Amino acid sequence: MSGVPVRLAIRDAIAEEMRRDQDVFLMGEEVGRYNGAYKASQGLMDEFGAGRIIDTPITEYGFSGICVGAAFAGLRPIVEFMTFNFAMQAIDHIVNSAAKTLYMSGGEINCPIVFRGPNGAPRNVAAQHSQCFASWYAHCPGLKVVSPYTSFEASALLKAAIRDNNPVIFLEHESLYGKKFDMPDGGADSLLPLDKAIVMKEGSDITITAFSISVDHALCASEVLRNQYGISAEVINLISLRPIDKTTIVNSIKKTGRILSVEEGWSVCGIGAEIMAIAVEHAFDYLDCEPTRITSSDTPMPYAKTLELLALPSQSKIIETALAMCNCPK
Amino acid sequence: MSPGDMKRDSGLDIYRKLLLARMIEEKAGELYSQGHIYGFCHLYIGQEAVIVGLSENMTNIDSVVTGYRDHVHMLLRGIPPNSIMAELCGKVTGCSKGKGGSMHMYSRDKRVYGGNGIVGAQVPIGAGLAFAHKYRGDGGVSFTFYGDGAANQGQVYETFNMAALWNLPVVFVLENNRYGLGTSVDRAAAGGTLANRGDPFGIPTVLVDGMDVFDVIEKSKSVIEKVRNGEGPVILHMDTYRYKGHSMSDPATYRTRDEVETVKKTRDPITRVKNALIHEIGIGDDKIEEIMNEVTAIVDAAAKFAIESPAPPDHALEMDVTL
Repeated sequence: MSGVPVRLAIRDAIAEEMRRDQDVFLMGEEVGRYNGAYKASQGLMDEFGAGRIIDTPITEYGFSGICVGAAFAGLRPIVEFMTFNFAMQAIDHIVNSAAKTLYMSGGEINCPIVFRGPNGAPRNVAAQHSQCFASWYAHCPGLKVVSPYTSFEASALLKAAIRDNNPVIFLEHESLYGKKFDMPDGGADSLLPLDKAIVMKEGSDITITAFSISVDHALCASEVLRNQYGISAEVINLISLRPIDKTTIVNSIKKTGRILSVEEGWSVCGIGAEIMAIAVEHAFDYLDCEPTRITSSDTPMPYAKTLELLALPSQSKIIETALAMCNCPK
Repeated sequence: MSPGDMKRDSGLDIYRKLLLARMIEEKAGELYSQGHIYGFCHLYIGQEAVIVGLSENMTNIDSVVTGYRDHVHMLLRGIPPNSIMAELCGKVTGCSKGKGGSMHMYSRDKRVYGGNGIVGAQVPIGAGLAFAHKYRGDGGVSFTFYGDGAANQGQVYETFNMAALWNLPVVFVLENNRYGLGTSVDRAAAGGTLANRGDPFGIPTVLVDGMDVFDVIEKSKSVIEKVRNGEGPVILHMDTYRYKGHSMSDPATYRTRDEVETVKKTRDPITRVKNALIHEIGIGDDKIEEIMNEVTAIVDAAAKFAIESPAPPDHALEMDVTL
């Protein structure tokens, strides 16, 4: 299929899994009658009814705990957060209840649940609504953390996440919901593994890792690098932030000798910091220059458009940094 | 149910359960002082009538979740004493293979879902268990235990709201033992009572003497049936008392010895049943002693089993993180 927006891929993936398995249900704010704050559940209440598409009051802590309890009992809840910023209200249940119980129970009680919703910085909504939580969840054993870029990834990863027997954090991006990608005709059983990165573009001079919206920036930057500067960049879409696919990253660094990480999160203890550690620990002898990261500025997100542009990673920042790493004059 | 209505066999059975609940906790205290049990350990001594009484009205379909004072809830739902004591001692033979400890015991088979160490967090989880019962239409009820300390957590009220909105089959069991760690209810709860906290949500509260197993059995029976029949959530307010400190490291200097002794003398749940058995049913001292010996043997065997069991193997460290 050509030109499928990410939000539709997500909607269809949920619907297909709900048709396949009666234990799957969707709960969150405005998911039902309103059809989703970002329309990622458009029409689902009509098909599945209010018993399986469940509108909640604005009480993230409470409904997350309720869904964890339902998952302990063997159901397969999909929890939609209107944004992951609001999931901070619920993070105790995500970490202390969902992620740790399998371990605390010696393998007795698992928690098959998906926490999904937009993550990172949309535009113009200031600090409390613009934050990437990838590294927060990637820090925690017991969770799986994925972040799709394309419509196919969103679909195939979400299906895999719903079928997985562990808690999965599924980080979407508001700026990608409307972006259209061609979808392969794979049917309802097209799944992607939750722990594998995808090489979006092969290259030989520099490795660029990214996830979610940052993949977009990295791919655009790689075009310019090739066309204007003759630099061949390999772009890795991380997809999984926990576990991070070390093998794919290390193999790429062995080929290119350079690693540049791009993310919307903050730098301190971020995903980029982990990528740098992987490079140094596992590919030290192959590095031709220092591992480098591009992150959001070490500030809360400003509202003013000019400042927001300064704060976020961008195509031009990637190009500029990659050129410096490759000792290539601008 | 009054003591006089108690049949001989069921009375003896209840007495045996109360005594086992008391003695397993006393043994846990003993093993703690000897260093076999370590870390956080919260004893249930004094509150036994609550779970023993409620268990009389539970079915195998029902689910249970509670806070960190959980050993006796596990026991009454059918987790063997050996398995509980081994878990307390951090042994591989424990119900959580030694990886949960005092606060984290579970059994999928018995439908007990913790043992939760985060005060109040078990309340939405319990409503989630109720959600699953309703979703499947299996007729089960979730028994969600929490204390007077947890009763001030915001998530409890988020849960009341949704449980009432969605008519979930959940019995919220408020075990009001008067102290959240060292802070008495009157210093923690505005309004002077916790008995009206369900009112804004239309959730009825039933006042129960949590030191009287007969009152627990009697008052909970019809309430549970109503919840099971789809009439929505209920709060059972258990007026109870813990004899020991909050945990093993709490000397409980925030209350007088006199207060504790008075409760022990006048409201002890085990003495109450014992007296009823002797004076109202005519059970002889020899039978009482026989039960004591029987329970002592179970508890001693559990301690021996736990002490002699091996620690988890080193390779268990990285097991059970994800499936």
